[in-house]
Amino acid sequence: MSPSQKYRISFLCVALALCVAWVLNISSGSVSIPFDAILSSFLGKPLEVPTWDYILWDYRIPKSFTAILVGGGLSLSGLLMQTLFRNPLAGPFVLGISSGASLGAALLLMGASLLSAWASFSYLNDISLAVAASLGSFLVLMVVILVANRVKDTMALLIIGLMFGSITSAIVSVLAYFSTADNLQRFIFWSFGSVGNLSQSQVWLLTGIVVLGGVLSIFSIKALNAFLLGENYAESLGVSLKKSRFIAIVATGLLAGGITAFAGPIAFVGLAVPHLTRQIFDTMEHRILIPAVFLYGAILMLLCDTIAQWPNSANVLPINAITTLVGAPVVIWLLIRKRKMIF
Amino acid sequence: MDVIKNQILNVDNLSIGYPSITIAKNISFSLEKGSLCAIVGINGVGKSTLLRTLGGLQAKKSGEIEIDNQKLESLSTLQLAQKRSMVLTEQTTSKNLTVQELIALGRQPHTNWLGRLSTNDKKRIQQSIRTFLLDKLRYRKCHELSDGQFQRVLIARAMAQDTPLILLDEPTTHLDLHHKVQILKLLQQLAHEQNKTILFTTHEIDLAIQTCDSMLILDGNQNPFGEPCQLIEEKHFNTLFPSDMVQFDATTGTYKVKK
Repeated sequence: MSPSQKYRISFLCVALALCVAWVLNISSGSVSIPFDAILSSFLGKPLEVPTWDYILWDYRIPKSFTAILVGGGLSLSGLLMQTLFRNPLAGPFVLGISSGASLGAALLLMGASLLSAWASFSYLNDISLAVAASLGSFLVLMVVILVANRVKDTMALLIIGLMFGSITSAIVSVLAYFSTADNLQRFIFWSFGSVGNLSQSQVWLLTGIVVLGGVLSIFSIKALNAFLLGENYAESLGVSLKKSRFIAIVATGLLAGGITAFAGPIAFVGLAVPHLTRQIFDTMEHRILIPAVFLYGAILMLLCDTIAQWPNSANVLPINAITTLVGAPVVIWLLIRKRKMIF
Repeated sequence: MDVIKNQILNVDNLSIGYPSITIAKNISFSLEKGSLCAIVGINGVGKSTLLRTLGGLQAKKSGEIEIDNQKLESLSTLQLAQKRSMVLTEQTTSKNLTVQELIALGRQPHTNWLGRLSTNDKKRIQQSIRTFLLDKLRYRKCHELSDGQFQRVLIARAMAQDTPLILLDEPTTHLDLHHKVQILKLLQQLAHEQNKTILFTTHEIDLAIQTCDSMLILDGNQNPFGEPCQLIEEKHFNTLFPSDMVQFDATTGTYKVKK
């Protein structure tokens, strides 16, 4: 069987798994809705209990789409970063991009009221939160790029990313100390991560961001493949380094920054999913990896969200904790099994 | 007129180095199509720097470089990628590529924006694989290969790029004698049978004397260039190394350790 045939079958399986995960996700939650009721609702019949209609169409389905966008987008940004920084451990979290978003959110939620009186009645809505978080992540990304151009050692870059994380959490602690209980609570809830708090217009905006990031990634495919040989080789193959690096970084920033802004910092998806994907799609070809990683991330996120919803209980667990509980052991398992991360 | 047409690389009074320091100056030579040429010289004299400069990966200090009768600076990154291919000493970032995938990357300057391989591209890749005896290894991952095999893969990738000029930085280091000769033979075959011009740096002076059509002795000042026999006659090899350690034997074309 030639590799391309093998990948076609794998894609079919993964797409099927996504459908199963999606159905599982929308049919579980604190209110139990029978599966046949959901099916008939899809066939256009009104549900027997009117609130079910609302729960299904206005909460669960937008939430499931958010989960798909968040999981797929974060994984894609992780893949881009791993190739761009030539490091299998790169990801939005490790490089401090998520910390940057946290800093932006913290400054808005807790810092604004401290700085001046006028800020206390400034726009404190979800859109401004998203903007602040995006700005924060782009700021960190820019600094990381500047450092990356100076420091050739990618290990040093990762350590710098971790340092950014520490600095951010220190600033956040200081802000938290002086903050009011209300604002602190808002920040903490944001940092738990959530895919269910988005309004319909926000889901559309997030869709736009992820689609834009995805399109830019697709335009980067050829350069990303060349980067696998190193920058000098890539240049010798006719790749314009500055331009293609810029496009890939903007795609990364849009995906990681935009998603963190709307759904909060969600750990480990960006780092772990590209490695998980290579267990089945054993290739470095980005034309195959980009769609595969997106599908994989979407499945993982839907499953994590299903767990977070814990069927038939009113509690919703913080999704950030779930992805860490799933993601961190995966990374450890991969390291132990292969003894080193092959990239 | 014919002479000019046959030249693929023309270097005139070139100085190389970094913004703050000149490493070597007064480099002039030209290469004809289908010839194999070695750059030799003592460690640190600037062999790799010269190769990177000729390949357009590093800016020159002064002088002229013409590839295929066009000034190097006037070519875009993509145009240049269709004129010269390179094999460098640096490690490739990923060794998780299969042999065939890595060689296919050589077709990038010829493919569309998505990098889709045409029938012609696939044919070229197949040719490279066959020329460098990699048929049995094509689906292997690069990290599973020996040094000699991986070097063949890198050169096969350069061949797949299908450029008139191929520049290689120390293609025979870390290899045993058998594999050194194997690589040099393959390069010779590529130059003579497929009319490629191949320029490589090496420390194997004796092997280069036996296989190359011409050689450039980089000493930083004079930089003599010519056929190996002519260079031997003019006694250029005698002064290549500080002569208190080794001595050049003109009859065998090798260096001997001084007793």
